Amino acid sequence: MPDFLMNLFTNYYETAAMILFGIGFTTLLTHRNLIKKIIGFNFMDAAIYLFLAAKGYIAGRLAPIIVDGNTDPSNYVNPIPTGLVLTGIVVSVSVTAFMLALTCRLYDRFHTLDIDEITHLVRKERD
Amino acid sequence: MRNKRFFSRLSDFVEYGSFREEEYTLSPSHKANIDTDTPENRWLTSVQHSERSAPVRLMDWLKLRGFEVFNNLYRIASVIICITLIAVLLSVVVFLPPFGSDDNPAVNEVVERYVSKTVEETGATNSVAGMISAYRGFDTLGEAHVLFVAACSVIVLLRVDPSERRRGRLVDPGMTGEDLDFEPNSDLILRKAAKLLVPLSFILGLYVILNGTTSPGGGFSGGALMGAGLILCSVAFGFGRTQRFFGDGMYHLVKTVCLASYALMMAYFIFMGANGFDDHVWLGVPGSIISGGLILPINIAVGLEVACTMYCFYALFRKGGL
Amino acid sequence: MELVQNFPFLCIVFSLTCGVLCAVLKGRAAKILCLTWLTLTTAMSLAVLIFTLKSDSFYIYRMGKWNAPWGNEIRVGVLEALMATAFSGVMLLSLLGGMHHIFADCEPEKTNLYFTMCALLMSSLFALIYTNDLFTAYVFVEINTIASCALVMLKSSAKTLVATTRYLIMSLLGSGLFLLGIVILYGITGELLMESIAEKVRALFSTGEYSLPLTVIIGLFSVGLAVKSALFPFHSWLPDAHGSATASSSAILSGLVLKGYIIVLIKIFYRVFGLEVIMAKEISQFLFLFGVLAMICGSVGALRERDLKRMLAYSSVAQVGYIYVGIGLHSRLGLIAACVQILAHAVTKPMLFIAAGGFMDVSGGHKSMSAITGAGRRDPLGGIAFTVGALSMIGIPFFAGFVTKLELTQAALGSGNIAMVTALAAIAVSTLLNALYYVPAIFNIFSKNGQSDYKGLRVRYRADYALSCVAFVLLNIGFGAFSEYVVGAVRRGLELFGM
Repeated sequence: MPDFLMNLFTNYYETAAMILFGIGFTTLLTHRNLIKKIIGFNFMDAAIYLFLAAKGYIAGRLAPIIVDGNTDPSNYVNPIPTGLVLTGIVVSVSVTAFMLALTCRLYDRFHTLDIDEITHLVRKERD
Repeated sequence: MRNKRFFSRLSDFVEYGSFREEEYTLSPSHKANIDTDTPENRWLTSVQHSERSAPVRLMDWLKLRGFEVFNNLYRIASVIICITLIAVLLSVVVFLPPFGSDDNPAVNEVVERYVSKTVEETGATNSVAGMISAYRGFDTLGEAHVLFVAACSVIVLLRVDPSERRRGRLVDPGMTGEDLDFEPNSDLILRKAAKLLVPLSFILGLYVILNGTTSPGGGFSGGALMGAGLILCSVAFGFGRTQRFFGDGMYHLVKTVCLASYALMMAYFIFMGANGFDDHVWLGVPGSIISGGLILPINIAVGLEVACTMYCFYALFRKGGL
Repeated sequence: MELVQNFPFLCIVFSLTCGVLCAVLKGRAAKILCLTWLTLTTAMSLAVLIFTLKSDSFYIYRMGKWNAPWGNEIRVGVLEALMATAFSGVMLLSLLGGMHHIFADCEPEKTNLYFTMCALLMSSLFALIYTNDLFTAYVFVEINTIASCALVMLKSSAKTLVATTRYLIMSLLGSGLFLLGIVILYGITGELLMESIAEKVRALFSTGEYSLPLTVIIGLFSVGLAVKSALFPFHSWLPDAHGSATASSSAILSGLVLKGYIIVLIKIFYRVFGLEVIMAKEISQFLFLFGVLAMICGSVGALRERDLKRMLAYSSVAQVGYIYVGIGLHSRLGLIAACVQILAHAVTKPMLFIAAGGFMDVSGGHKSMSAITGAGRRDPLGGIAFTVGALSMIGIPFFAGFVTKLELTQAALGSGNIAMVTALAAIAVSTLLNALYYVPAIFNIFSKNGQSDYKGLRVRYRADYALSCVAFVLLNIGFGAFSEYVVGAVRRGLELFGM
């Protein structure tokens, strides 16, 4: 196997993250069911957190909580991605709640989750 | 007219592909011809059919079969999009620095400073807490408001005015409100378990919030735990009883006070820092609960806000209001 | 440090607090608070603009005790202050102009949330304009997304719900790509601050390392932000969202929200990657191409539309195309044209939407072209505002739109052969198409027909609507008349930008 493809297996977290991102993105873009779109969106975000977490990890080091006054940076993993993931999770929770609320309203109104059908029904209402 | 519909279909296709059978069934008169399958009619149809030019016939065929064809094409197209995107992204992964190595570019002087100076500069031993609430506190202020703006949007969408609910008027005419009927009102197991778990989750949440500066956790995670406690309380003991101590007014009060005090604290911190004044905040004893200067009050404010928001989401999705 | 220098930070943080307070106030009180605060931010931004113009430089304001790579910071220069002043002023005027629509369209007990969303949106726009940190940009892009979706759906109807859903889905796709771009960039440079990334990227570019990842990252940023700012092939959500929302929402979304994302894109292109890298990667060629297509297709879309607000929404697609053409020329002049267009469109399109809202008032709430026939006679002030806006959009001299076209033409003349011919042809065709749908619209609203249904109608102007129309008209004419000052400020701002 060529050398550069081996990198895919060394970076297996990143590889998995990218595959998940692709799946999530496509689901959000092309799926017609609103709930599945939301699931796709969560896939997409989870993939990004996985990628970030993998970026922050350094083999053999501890979580970045200073114990016993040991402040040597070479003891701890990178704290920045952790903070970014935290922010990302909060954003994703918020957006998911918003999307779900919209879906609730649309379902109550049209009794379907199919976005095409909903669009079609609205067009018909307008005409 | 035809042209316009074609364009609107095409533009829909780019985004969702909203082709529907109805648009593709033939016009009533045409259909009548096909339905009455007498020899004359068949002859008539075939004459009509051959009289028309090839593109028109193609359109007819598409009208009959278009939806299926389109559906299949749509599926194939989405698989192609998915595979292309994954391939492009994987080609990036090939070039990325190896996983887990200590010389990857992300490990630089910023990280060193965050780890080695957090205790000294922010008073927190948890350098993640130090980073998100002190070093990059502005981001986190924005983050807390993302949650707020989402909660407001959900309120806009789902909140029903109590007086209107009493009159039986719901947000949408189609809304049945039947979800309320399926709520358990006195489930013994649930209540017994909740009696044990509700205090536990509150205490754990409080612990996580207060120890945010010294151990994993902080406002967001602790707040989520407390929010879960509130939700459990409302599920097990009924919505009305939760409402007695946590209703609409309480929600708005807690939320506004928390967010406003958070913003004020951050504003004070940023203003003093940027102008080079001393901010007179006592950093506390690193490692104890009272440590981290402003991080502790910020954690408490964020924790309460998150707990409120979580419960608010639950209460609103239950088709109602707080 | 002088007091004035604190203003940008005060604008950002206290807009958030203003939003929070509006959520607990009643509708009227929230309105007063929000309007007062917006007036204050406009004044503060103006003070900052004067300060930066006087000192003729930019300054870095650190958000906290720590300097740049450790803490957050914002960067305030002439361009940023100019944008902030214009945006907050336009936000104020758009709210004023559509005020009675807001109270009519929103559910009474939820009206205060409209002002919450506006305040949060304004805060995020300030943050996007001033930020110097990619992750801060991401957080505020999300606030922007949710708040702007909420502005669409606050007018509660089936149509707006569906429009919001489609808008939200496209926005989420955009922010997903944007976040992935930030994350990969962080993976290969280890920085989030724009200047630090720029340094690292330059080093990587000169050694040729990570060439493919850099290309993909630029692609992710471009596509992500292009989706959010409705560049041509990704514009399908825009007409529904902007066409169905209440007048102020349409004005704010068209005039400001789209621009916020474009400003982030400009920052990423010229402060994170630098002109050299962008030119080498040839992504901007695509932006140029799509910008040209947007100019044509947006106008064609508007030409086919029989609904006034949807027509204006399609016209926004075309106008966003102008901005991208300016960016895509990747020259200094092109960027000046793009920034001028951001400002010119921000003072023109809201005026058109506000006037359209006024026409709906005097036409029984309908907004199709046939229903608003003669509306300009029944509502002369709105008619004048619409005419000024439409003439500006077509590019008549002495109006704001003309300045853009002039700058863009100059930029095109200074670029390579093919780009020059394409850009000039696109400007010519687009101007013609603009005239083809705006001129009949003007004739339609001033037509003598259609008055018979409204014999007894007497228009009594509301002070806020009248003020908004007059201010917009003056702003537009002022922009056209004193264009050299605006262009000069933009040029100076871009020089400070490092262009």
